[in-house]
Amino acid sequence: MCATCGCDSDAKVSIHRVGEAGLLNVENLTLTPLKEPIHVGTEKRDRKEITLEQDVLLKNNLLAERNRGYFLAKEILALNLVSSPGSGKTSLLERTLLDLRGTENFYVIEGDQQTSNDADRIAATHVPVVQINTGKGCHLDSEMISSAIQQLHPQNGSILFIENIGNLVCPAMFDLGEQKRVVIISVTEGDDKPIKYPDMFQSSQLCIINKIDLLPYLKCDLDKLKQYARRVNPTMEFIELSCTTGEGLSQWYDWLKKEKLQEQSMLV
Amino acid sequence: MHEFSIVMSIVETAEEKVKEHHAHSVESIDLVIGDLAGVDSHALDFAWESAVKNTVLQTAKRNIIHLAARAKCLECDCEFEIKELFDGCPLCGEPLLQIMQGKELQIKSMILN
Ligand SMILES: Nc1nc2c(ncn2[C@@H]2O[C@H](COP(=O)(O)OP(=O)(O)OP(=O)(O)O)[C@@H](O)[C@H]2O)c(=O)[nH]1
Ligand SMILES: [Mg+2]
Ligand SMILES: [Zn+2]
Ligand SMILES: [Zn+2]
Ligand SMILES: [Zn+2]
Repeated sequence: MCATCGCDSDAKVSIHRVGEAGLLNVENLTLTPLKEPIHVGTEKRDRKEITLEQDVLLKNNLLAERNRGYFLAKEILALNLVSSPGSGKTSLLERTLLDLRGTENFYVIEGDQQTSNDADRIAATHVPVVQINTGKGCHLDSEMISSAIQQLHPQNGSILFIENIGNLVCPAMFDLGEQKRVVIISVTEGDDKPIKYPDMFQSSQLCIINKIDLLPYLKCDLDKLKQYARRVNPTMEFIELSCTTGEGLSQWYDWLKKEKLQEQSMLV
Repeated sequence: MHEFSIVMSIVETAEEKVKEHHAHSVESIDLVIGDLAGVDSHALDFAWESAVKNTVLQTAKRNIIHLAARAKCLECDCEFEIKELFDGCPLCGEPLLQIMQGKELQIKSMILN
């Protein structure tokens, strides 16, 4: 359907729990319709001009705020992980869930166009996970997250990771209601990604630079990468790590703890 | 491309408005799109063509009002036009900018029949 990545809104979206028992298919829950702002109308014979001045993504944004309110009330830290395909989102989650097992309650929402491969990898760590298959859709939206949460029932005070579709363009425009957006870039992708995909780097708060174990084999200037990222987002935080060797992971775990404390203090 | 989802949201809103006003179709629709809204006009045209088929927007005339992007430097307070998100302040070179205009993506108005 679409010129760039062929996404198609007719494609079926399916949302289901993935667990040791295999796929449980649960029907999508219907959402209560959102109220729309009042508009002014002017009659002109049988034609009618109406003024809306309405954000095209209003529905997504309203539902995202609703998700955010739910997370806040339940002191859940919800993080939206975005990257190009293959930068290491699932690898980072696998490491994190195993390393921090028993210290926090985790939940995962996995976005993928077709497969449940990533959700199966997460399910193997015994963390509750819901798979969202978007078909040809190239991003998650707040309505999908809302349905997924209703299947996951995350506990108060837990950490919810949302792995978005591997794509540095489309997911940038869709607020899911997360507290923080984490963009992952691997050193094999080149240091100019931040200015090639400025929207994603501008809308994220943390940039994880992954696969630093490969640095000796590449021409990738980390200082330049950070400099480019700061040009679109001067307040960006950075963590350099390797999911393979584990180097730098402790900084990521510290960041998670810091964010969780901040989430809890928001309620007071 | 997210342009398809964007057109689908526009179609959804148009369908609702037509119903609400007991009209039958949309004669024209005005959209406001900022230069930094992250919408590619080529992809939008392409998505529009297939997404409006058999909807109230099928024959609607689409007018796009483009807004140039403007930013304000948080260091020296000057205001200027920017072309890219990574442009710095033309006076002091600082990247600390507040986008004043250019991120808009709005349905401004519609004429219903
Ligand atoms: N050398 C090295 N390889 C890594 C590292 N992290 C991940 N990989 C590899 O990179 C590949 C992709 O990793 P994934 O975790 O599946 O990436 P992803 O971002 O989840 O990919 P998609 O969900 O398909 O977008 C796998 O082959 C990983 O083993 C790392 O730190 N170093
Ligand atoms: Mg993955
Ligand atoms: Zn697409
Ligand atoms: Zn897209
Ligand atoms: Zn300046």
